[in-house]
Amino acid sequence: MARARVYVTLKEGILDPQGKTVLRALKSLGYDEVENLRIGKYMELALDGEDGEKLEARLLEMCEKLLANPIIENYRVEVET
Amino acid sequence: MKFGVVVFPGSNCDHDCYYVIDKLLGQPVDYVWHGSTDVAGYDCLVLPGGFAYGDYLRTGAVARFSPVMKAVEKFAAAGGFVIGICNGFQILLEAGLLPGAMMRNTGLKFICRFVNVRVETASTPWTSGAKVGQVLKIPIAHNEGNYQVPHRVLVEAKGQGQVVLRYCSPEGSVLPEFNPNGATENIAGVCNPEGNVLGLMPHPERASEAELGSTDGLVIWRSLLDRCGVEVAS
Repeated sequence: MARARVYVTLKEGILDPQGKTVLRALKSLGYDEVENLRIGKYMELALDGEDGEKLEARLLEMCEKLLANPIIENYRVEVET
Repeated sequence: MKFGVVVFPGSNCDHDCYYVIDKLLGQPVDYVWHGSTDVAGYDCLVLPGGFAYGDYLRTGAVARFSPVMKAVEKFAAAGGFVIGICNGFQILLEAGLLPGAMMRNTGLKFICRFVNVRVETASTPWTSGAKVGQVLKIPIAHNEGNYQVPHRVLVEAKGQGQVVLRYCSPEGSVLPEFNPNGATENIAGVCNPEGNVLGLMPHPERASEAELGSTDGLVIWRSLLDRCGVEVAS
């Protein structure tokens, strides 16, 4: 059994209205040091298999097909066997 | 002209589309369940609005893998007419049948109200009965209508006349203040290079009877019928 984490983030240049709102909220609470904030997605997966490289290749395929939209999002995966 | 209204789990404008096609346009129409893999015999497929698969992950992201979508892709590639309205537009984007992607509205609010959209091209089957610059008053109802498209793709799409509708003032001025959701260049509707696939955020089926406040949606339905040589009593 392997575990995997998938991080999906918005591409640079894509406006993140949600992130902007949260950034403004933090500033209104006095956290002036916050300069930028982007909201993304985090997913945890349980995978059947031992071969980390193979699992990672499959995961990247899942990201490309479904978990992320490559037009607006970047993704990164971590596999733990 | 035979229509098929595709029903995904979570579609909620399917009945409205069916009603308009059946009662107002007088055309034969069926519901097509998303599990179907056969769309033979139809001339136009409608992907209606709603929240297919609860909009989980991203709007349209799961629906685009519904069994029916392979058939829709083949149908579109063979020149069949496909119109995606609101959630249907989002599904067409995720499926790659139209360029771009949908993001959450910049105001973070679900917007449900009439907007004005300007017809940018009359060369598509969907707008052949309109004049370029004509303003249509049609309602929107969405949380994710913030249309994003890579610059290079947008330049290409514009060059091929794929931008069909833009949010505008009642007089037809395309200005940022009339952009309800942050969509790139006020884009409200796009088609594929061939013109047979249209995606739009406004709901023409909700603006097809005077009782509902506007009949401008009929311009889109009637253009298509006219292009296909079908006569409709007015």
